[in-house]
Amino acid sequence: MNTMFKRLLGSAFLLISMSAQAALEIVITEGIDNARPIAIVPFSYQGQPNLPHDVASIVASDLRRSGKFNPLAVQAMPERPSQSNQVDFDKWANLGVEAVVTGTITFIGDDRYQVSFELMDVLQGQMSKGDVAVAADGSIISSQSFILDGRRSVVNGAQLRQYSHRISDIIYERLTGERGAFLTRIAYVVVDNDDSHPFKLMVADYDGYNELNLLRSTKPLMSPAWSPDGRQLAYVSFEKHKAQLYIQDLYTGQRRLLTDFPGINGAPRFSPDGKRMAMVLSKDGNPDIYVMDIASGQLKRVTRGRSIDTEPYWTPDGSSLVFTSERGGNAQLYRVELASGKVKRLTFEGDMNLGGAVSPDGKQMVLVNRSRGNYHIARQDLETGTLQVLTSTRLDESPSIAPNGGMIIYSTVHGNKQALALVSMDGRFKARLPAVNGQVKAPAWSPFLQ
Amino acid sequence: MQLKPLTKGLMMALPMMFLAACSTTDDAATGSASGTGADDSAISSAVAPVLTPEEERMQQYAELRKEHIIYFDFDRSDVRGEFAELLAAHADYLVKNPNVSVRVEGHADERGTPEYNIALGERRAKAVSKYLMSLGVMSSQISTVSYGEEMPLVSGHTAEAWAKNRRGVLVY
Repeated sequence: MNTMFKRLLGSAFLLISMSAQAALEIVITEGIDNARPIAIVPFSYQGQPNLPHDVASIVASDLRRSGKFNPLAVQAMPERPSQSNQVDFDKWANLGVEAVVTGTITFIGDDRYQVSFELMDVLQGQMSKGDVAVAADGSIISSQSFILDGRRSVVNGAQLRQYSHRISDIIYERLTGERGAFLTRIAYVVVDNDDSHPFKLMVADYDGYNELNLLRSTKPLMSPAWSPDGRQLAYVSFEKHKAQLYIQDLYTGQRRLLTDFPGINGAPRFSPDGKRMAMVLSKDGNPDIYVMDIASGQLKRVTRGRSIDTEPYWTPDGSSLVFTSERGGNAQLYRVELASGKVKRLTFEGDMNLGGAVSPDGKQMVLVNRSRGNYHIARQDLETGTLQVLTSTRLDESPSIAPNGGMIIYSTVHGNKQALALVSMDGRFKARLPAVNGQVKAPAWSPFLQ
Repeated sequence: MQLKPLTKGLMMALPMMFLAACSTTDDAATGSASGTGADDSAISSAVAPVLTPEEERMQQYAELRKEHIIYFDFDRSDVRGEFAELLAAHADYLVKNPNVSVRVEGHADERGTPEYNIALGERRAKAVSKYLMSLGVMSSQISTVSYGEEMPLVSGHTAEAWAKNRRGVLVY
């Protein structure tokens, strides 16, 4: 069946890698007041070469951007310990700091660094008076309950940044009980009309670093969607003056044509097991939802009718699809059970509701709500049906949820330019990601990469 | 074979365009006066030829066909009455030239989601396509594509820009 997939390295397209600078700087606009105060003390460093990355600063930025923590500024720190047995917990408690992270980095030659860190609870540390026993090899004998976590690892210079995100993940999970999503990526589309190939499909670390250009085209690129293993992106390309669905491997750059039906080939979404692709095709008259078995290419039609049905999104168990339909007169969100074909309307508030995305726990749905002509990102509780508008930005669209369900990235208009923005699931934390060049849209948050 | 009606049309259209150029606006007149100004002792002028109704219609259609964009209302895909003549002119041309084909592009403004706008753009392209077919154009002459909100004609986020971007475009 592989013969139906043409492998293409097109002449009109260039596969290029780009710089390691942050292409999208994150500017926090709202929500620090509610965040928990913690301290990430700059890690001590022993070694000759300059450190390629500032680990503590990356960790502090990660935790701040989660919206749940407010890391203390380095200048405001009462001391600079690098190990738990050096910490004077009273000093930190006086500043209201809940948790302290210390660490050391040692250059061990050949571009290799040993990184160790400890996460401490300040209140418990105060009670135990910082009573720490150190073993002969320098490691902490952690019968001390105030040490919540501590690890040691050897990484090379290029991996330091990634390992910093790993540390952030560990700290976040220890302190919140939820998995961190700092080792993730974002795919998005940049449109720069000054470029010979204005439409660009990009991938970057969640914080905007390590931006990579996967594809450039003279015609629109749309709707990037991640495979559940984080290896592949499905997307729509108009490179042949018509809509076609492609799947591209991030690591090899190889891409293959998935569908080329007359009319719309759009809104691809991998199933949670990665074996099927939900999509929108209009080959049978009107835009309807279909599910394709990716290996065999076999298609199953899910919706039919005269109305527009689009934007399929899998429920986490893979049994149903949420989708947008204007079968009731204007666009609203519905859910269809794949086995029975049973359809249920989900949204009733506002002029329109579109672009539904279900949270990883299956309990919430994030969507685009149109009320009094304004488009905002909203969240609906799928059990109670309660709808809460989360954003106050302009012309919001394309919400995508972080794999831990904590944050939403979406596209909005700011200062006459299309750009990306972040809002936490509770709506309290807000940030913008202003781009340097062009309009940025269609963000898609990757699954966990580790 | 197919060239014959085309050349005929051009032979009729060319002198008319020439006439139009000579007798049109003030701008054109001042331009030619300053350019040839040396000898104004004898001024010639032309008399518009007497056109049959069919010729008049041809002339009008040729003029109309220079425009190839029609606009839509918000979230709507029905062809507005004001574009009937414009589409009739294109249909007439396509009917008389059955080997010519046209691509109808449907576009939406940026409001709403990109996927929904792709569906809306397709509906607009199909509405134009159906309209042309109702005037006798063969379906084999028409292809449709929707670009949704991805290729705005006008940048900007105002009601004015949106009105220009909700459009159907005939591409020959």
